[in-house]
Amino acid sequence: MSEHLLQVRGLSVRFPQRRAGLFGAHRWLTAVDGVDLDVVAGQSVGIVGESGCGKSTLARAILGLVKPAAGSIDWRGTPVRLGDAAGLRRMRRELQAVFQDPVGSLDPRMTIGESVAEALVALEGRQQRAACDARVAATLGEVGLDVVLARRYPHELSGGQCQRAAIARAIVARPRLLVCDEAVSALDVSVQAQIVNLLGELRERHGLALLFISHNLAVVRHLSDEVIVLYLGRVVERAPREALFAMPRHPYTRALLAAVPEPDPVARSAERRAPLAEGEPASPQASAAASGCAYAARCPFADERCRRELPPLERDAAGHFIACHHWRALPRQP
Amino acid sequence: MGAPLLEIRDLSVEFATPRGPIAAVREVSLEVRRGECLAIVGESGSGKSQLFLGSFGLLAAGGRAEGAVRFDGRDLLGPDTSPLRELRGTRVAMVFQDPMNALTPHLTIGQQLCEVVLDRGLLDAAEARARCLEALRSVRMPDPEARLRQYPHELSGGQRQRAAIAMALMTRPDLIVADEPTTALDVTVQAQVLDVLREARDLGLALVLITHDLGVVAGIADRVAVMYAGRIVESAPVRELFAAPAHPYTAALLASVPRLDAPLTGRLEAIEGQPPQPGEERHGCSFAPRCPSAVAQCRELRPALQVAGERSVACHAPRAHAGARP
Repeated sequence: MSEHLLQVRGLSVRFPQRRAGLFGAHRWLTAVDGVDLDVVAGQSVGIVGESGCGKSTLARAILGLVKPAAGSIDWRGTPVRLGDAAGLRRMRRELQAVFQDPVGSLDPRMTIGESVAEALVALEGRQQRAACDARVAATLGEVGLDVVLARRYPHELSGGQCQRAAIARAIVARPRLLVCDEAVSALDVSVQAQIVNLLGELRERHGLALLFISHNLAVVRHLSDEVIVLYLGRVVERAPREALFAMPRHPYTRALLAAVPEPDPVARSAERRAPLAEGEPASPQASAAASGCAYAARCPFADERCRRELPPLERDAAGHFIACHHWRALPRQP
Repeated sequence: MGAPLLEIRDLSVEFATPRGPIAAVREVSLEVRRGECLAIVGESGSGKSQLFLGSFGLLAAGGRAEGAVRFDGRDLLGPDTSPLRELRGTRVAMVFQDPMNALTPHLTIGQQLCEVVLDRGLLDAAEARARCLEALRSVRMPDPEARLRQYPHELSGGQRQRAAIAMALMTRPDLIVADEPTTALDVTVQAQVLDVLREARDLGLALVLITHDLGVVAGIADRVAVMYAGRIVESAPVRELFAAPAHPYTAALLASVPRLDAPLTGRLEAIEGQPPQPGEERHGCSFAPRCPSAVAQCRELRPALQVAGERSVACHAPRAHAGARP
């Protein structure tokens, strides 16, 4: 049995909203609502959802950057607490992150080499100059950056190269889990493919586990053993990759799949695989008032019960979790 | 078919820098016909945006466009700049990646959309308001009447991009140039915005869609031109291009699109290496260092764009089944 790295139970994150008047009660926006999540060593878990679904807040809570309102986060069996600086430092050595904006994640006044060395020193403490340089050079090689780029500044590099540098910074101290928050979304498709492959290689070579967050299911499909679909802070579907893509159960998952542009002009003129999600992703504010399924407003299958009653996350025979009142009755094929 | 709406001949765009001029676009020729959607596909730095910014006199400081651009028979790059000023924002409109840059934060959506036609004296206030609602409806903006009074920050990313497209539609232009209009959006919203652009095209508008993602053009473009290092390396009708890409770069771009029906090998087909630095010019084909099928000749001699009917390709060793009709 593989070692449990991350165990998240019933995690909720809330943000205070403007009060209703000076003496009014605080209102709260629930960005993440009762999420369970497990990552074992070497595993890759994909988290999918639109902007505002809480996927980045979930990542930030796991990284210890925002305080959860409820629930627990255990890192290798030890609870993670925001006040526990020593514990957080210990965890950060093993839990690193890569974000969407590759240029913004690097200090513009530091060379690439300095940025990577800084991460190494911060996580492992001061060390011999030569040893440090060797580690930096080896890590740059590992992410496919030429060593001469160590002396360049972020603005001299392309977006793809900066993202490689950000990955080098994240893996230089050999973490166990890498959180990738939309790490390839801002890149050209050709470069996106390079970075997806790089993450796949790092996984194979070092048994690095991934928490891969994206709005694009086609990308998640290539990197994840398990996929979790989030809608307005709640898990609406969760399944092993094969099961999810062979038979997406939740209407929202189907809509996400239908939205992936199909690179085929012939197929494209035919009918879409599933109805597109109508309208915008509802805002978290609007959903706070509603008591039923958050997706009901956009769902073609929604009825009175959906608007009234929150569907529980139910497990089917194949280990597929779905939060939908109608999942048993929906047409089998997407 | 008649004369093309937009005709670009041998257009080059250069930027003056302290280290000398840098070429962004090199002798590109293309046509956009009335009512068609032409997609321009290429990686960052391929010159795809500069090609159109140069054509419409919108280059950043230090930029210079050379060549001939004719819109509906009128010369745009000649010494007389009046045609350019008359066309821009009326018969030609642009939509950019970040709608926040297109929208003014301190005006309501209604004010800034109406301004487009009021400032040019095209419509009176009542007509402008009606046109504004029509434009917002045609981009399927939810609750358009309420949007008129809202500011850009009150809208979601997808709604802002819809507003920017509606703004482009205000003058009922002949041509919309959309530069990465969906790149900053979620896939779900991207699909909706593409639908909106497709509908605008169906109304008879010509559309130029500039994108790095060959995946998004399949459902909307009539023709596709692929750019690499400032040049067009292949252009073809969309079905033929997808069925049988002739240039190895087109084939590689197509293969790098993540697909839902691809076999799960754990790898995507990436194009190894980097595109050349802006302004870097080498002997032979610019793509040769990254090309899996490059031969000795590719590194010596730049391949010319060979035209055969509707297709053209600049490659010494085009893929074998190229030219085959699907």
